[in-house]
Amino acid sequence: MTAVDLAAGIKKKEFSAVDVAKAHFDQIAAVDKKLNAFLFIDEDGAMAQAANVDKKLASGEFLGPLAGVPVAVKDIFTQKDIPTTCGSRILENWRPPYDSTVVSRMKNADMVLLGKVNMDEFAMGSSTETSAYGPTTNPWDTSRIPGGSSGGSSAAVAGFLAPLAVGTDTGGSIRQPAAVTGTVGVKPTYGGISRYGIVALASSLDQAGPFARTVLDAALLHQAIAGYDPLDSTSINQPIPDFVAAAKHKDIAGMKLGIVKEFAGEGYQAGVLNRFNEAVAILRNLGAEIVELSCPSFTYALAAYYLIQPSECSSNLARFDGMRYGLRVDDGDSSVEQVMAATRAAGFGPEVKRRIIIGTYALSSGYYDAYYGSAQKVRRLIADDFNAAFSQVDALISPTSPITAFKIGEKLNDPMAMYLNDICTIPVNLAGVGGMSVPIGLADEDNLPAGMQIMAPVMCDDRMYRVAGALESALVSSWGGLLLDKAPRL
Amino acid sequence: MNLFEFENVITDFKPVLGLEVHVELNTKTKVFCSCPTNFGASPNTNVCPTCLGLPGSLPVLNEKAIESIIKIGLALNCQIAPWSRMARKNYFYPDMPKDYQISQYDEPICFDGFLDVLVPNGDDSSKIRIGIERVHLEEDTGKLTHAGGFTGRIHGADYSLVDYNRAGIPLVEIVTKIIPDTGELAPEVAKAYVATLRDLIRNLGVSDVRMEEGSLRCDVNVSLMPIESNQLGTRTETKNVNSLRSVERAVRFEMQRQAALLKAGERVKQETRHFHENDGSTSPGRSKEQAEEYRYFPEPDLLPIAPDSKWIEQLRSELPETPTAKRERLKQAWQITDFEMLAVVNAGALDLIEATVELGTDPSAARKWWLGKITRIANERGVELEQIDITPAQVAEIDQLVATGALNDKLARQVISSVIAGEGSPGEIVQKQGLAVVSDDSALLDAIKEAIVAMPEVVSKIQDGKLQASGALIGAVMKATGGKADAAKVRKLLFDYLGVSQD
Repeated sequence: MTAVDLAAGIKKKEFSAVDVAKAHFDQIAAVDKKLNAFLFIDEDGAMAQAANVDKKLASGEFLGPLAGVPVAVKDIFTQKDIPTTCGSRILENWRPPYDSTVVSRMKNADMVLLGKVNMDEFAMGSSTETSAYGPTTNPWDTSRIPGGSSGGSSAAVAGFLAPLAVGTDTGGSIRQPAAVTGTVGVKPTYGGISRYGIVALASSLDQAGPFARTVLDAALLHQAIAGYDPLDSTSINQPIPDFVAAAKHKDIAGMKLGIVKEFAGEGYQAGVLNRFNEAVAILRNLGAEIVELSCPSFTYALAAYYLIQPSECSSNLARFDGMRYGLRVDDGDSSVEQVMAATRAAGFGPEVKRRIIIGTYALSSGYYDAYYGSAQKVRRLIADDFNAAFSQVDALISPTSPITAFKIGEKLNDPMAMYLNDICTIPVNLAGVGGMSVPIGLADEDNLPAGMQIMAPVMCDDRMYRVAGALESALVSSWGGLLLDKAPRL
Repeated sequence: MNLFEFENVITDFKPVLGLEVHVELNTKTKVFCSCPTNFGASPNTNVCPTCLGLPGSLPVLNEKAIESIIKIGLALNCQIAPWSRMARKNYFYPDMPKDYQISQYDEPICFDGFLDVLVPNGDDSSKIRIGIERVHLEEDTGKLTHAGGFTGRIHGADYSLVDYNRAGIPLVEIVTKIIPDTGELAPEVAKAYVATLRDLIRNLGVSDVRMEEGSLRCDVNVSLMPIESNQLGTRTETKNVNSLRSVERAVRFEMQRQAALLKAGERVKQETRHFHENDGSTSPGRSKEQAEEYRYFPEPDLLPIAPDSKWIEQLRSELPETPTAKRERLKQAWQITDFEMLAVVNAGALDLIEATVELGTDPSAARKWWLGKITRIANERGVELEQIDITPAQVAEIDQLVATGALNDKLARQVISSVIAGEGSPGEIVQKQGLAVVSDDSALLDAIKEAIVAMPEVVSKIQDGKLQASGALIGAVMKATGGKADAAKVRKLLFDYLGVSQD
């Protein structure tokens, strides 16, 4: 059932919010052993929230469109008194004293927060394998990765453990997991959703967004959590577009869509490209004009990203030093520097250490201009390419990930191969524009989901929903149901 | 440690100074969150996720802090950057909640200004222009208390306690350009700069600038170059010099210490140094021989600072008169010399005298009362003049009593002491203690007659033309009236009575 159906059923009292929550906890109990999506299940809190929704409903109180709908929360959002680990040992057992803005907005929308879901450690990875709490698996094939870093979120939604989830996306961490699990995932315009209470990976790139099984469900969740927040200086103080209306619009006749020439070639799986080309044909049939255009600077996006992101992360992760919260490794006989070093050595995994080392190096005097400085210049060029493209077309489209879900362990020791997963998604973060992934079918080679990425200009995220809504509608009628209906029973 | 005689330092070397002053702004809330900034709260009570640097927290810039720093920049004749950014200064230390400090690097809000200071120079004074390199905004760190161990420093301590109340208090750092050779005046120049800067900032109302509470802290850079050379020497940075007198002493000590090293053929190590209040010495701190690595980069959590030029002009137009301009104006109005003005300023009496004069007191009389009796009492008590319990209005009232002849200077000083002792208003004290000048001619005449009877030999001396002998008679009358008579009046009455011309 979709979030829309659940909300409607609860409002019509066909079933209660408590029934809905219970059903999801039953599903979690039944299948999460195979998926390892949840790091913390807040059954008491969630059941209380659900009971409260039912009470409000009984007393005739007005409830929002997602009241009573369960949601899984990536373990990077602070939630008051609920453990928030970021998939790291260094934050094991840390219970934040405050709610992130995303969490408090979901609470205010009377949503039912089921618990915290797994992720690559501090959101560094594309497979959820770098989590200190074990990998999460893909509901389509549990020997494969669910994408990352928001792999707990994608697996929970694809595995029917939750109808909705929130994740974060720094270089593709919502869109790639959505693509490889056959779900919808949205990385909004940078500044569209408050970062307050999101443990930072790279502050200038991080952005929260929704996971759902349908475009409309994603729009509803997006609408609930978006908007200006005075606690985040980088959040945009402008009215947010109507995503829900755009998702329902379904008409794309006359829209101009651009295919970026640079997103092709070596490394793209044939089956993924086949599904992409079919989807393009559908969009054309729906009346969209498709043009090919070039964004030459995108070629340098990966290199620039892997300087900016580790640089910011090396600074953002400095605070995990064992002095105030989280893990502390102290033999009682060590200096403060030794305690800090021992804590960080024991608390961080290898990928986190790799990026801290790269970032520390890139920011060092003598190297700053060559690395961080040059990367910022590339970033500006990429934004210029997007601006030029958006002066010609309404939105851009590409495959989300060049490949489908790979086997767990396959790329863990090959960072470059892992990083290439995000080749199509990274430019979007560098420019701060919006990006979204929608399922477009199963790749021929492996019968695993592939996704299309739709990109729109800053604060025009509604355009992505309009294109995605129309495409989904056409695909669902050709499939006779959601792509996820084809997923094997867990 | 060997020290070179100060007089000899300046015959062989040219001292070069640089001063970094940190000023805590007195905004109601911290610079990146809404925690209160009051001094003296229980440890770790003025804290929130942001100033504790908890994961996920974000800074939001306090607009009042921007206004304050722009005011400081304008008062220091600086340029105000139309666009600047905060930057992260990365280093690990337990007093820093995020293990980076949000500061500014190559884009300070204010830059390239100056401040003129007056320093005593023999019987005169010299005006010296101190260049201001930059004025930037940053957040203060927490406060560490090291327990156990002997030094009170982190190394050797058994454990340390951190109070994050101070973390996130807005700090303004004011950095001078190199202050080139000022010879023997160097220690005074450093002190005068900090004093003038303190007055200027206090005058702006943006900080309490209390050195004893740490709301103004000073780092003193000193190096020497040989008299015949123009090559800058190696500098030391003496940290946290926290009184005006200490600033002067620290410069003097470093000049003498470095000269002794250089004279002995040794080199000065580039390092930070600690200042010791007890004996005015400095001791080595952290070595700065290796380039510091703070990995500065623009703070991605904050937007650039782009103050509206209209707003800047409005702030400029609202600036209060600078202390320097005020001194110049009052010097003219009071018709005093630079040197006399310096005495007023050094006594901390400028505002007090100005207020007294505004109440109608003659400027020279106002200076006399404040720099005389009241300053002596302040010095005896070892406190600032403004902390003495007497107001300009009370001083003006006392002076009025003197001008009308109701008090003489001696009685006036007694009334001042009584006012300060809290015995009441000047009028009440005169009443209560019967201190008023005896101006009743018949009462004085009676006393004069008594004196004449008692000292016939003095009378005959006067009558013989030895007018100076009258002192004995006048003294007797003053004694008889308990000092409450006006001596000039007694003299006139005496000569009139004896029929002798005063000339």
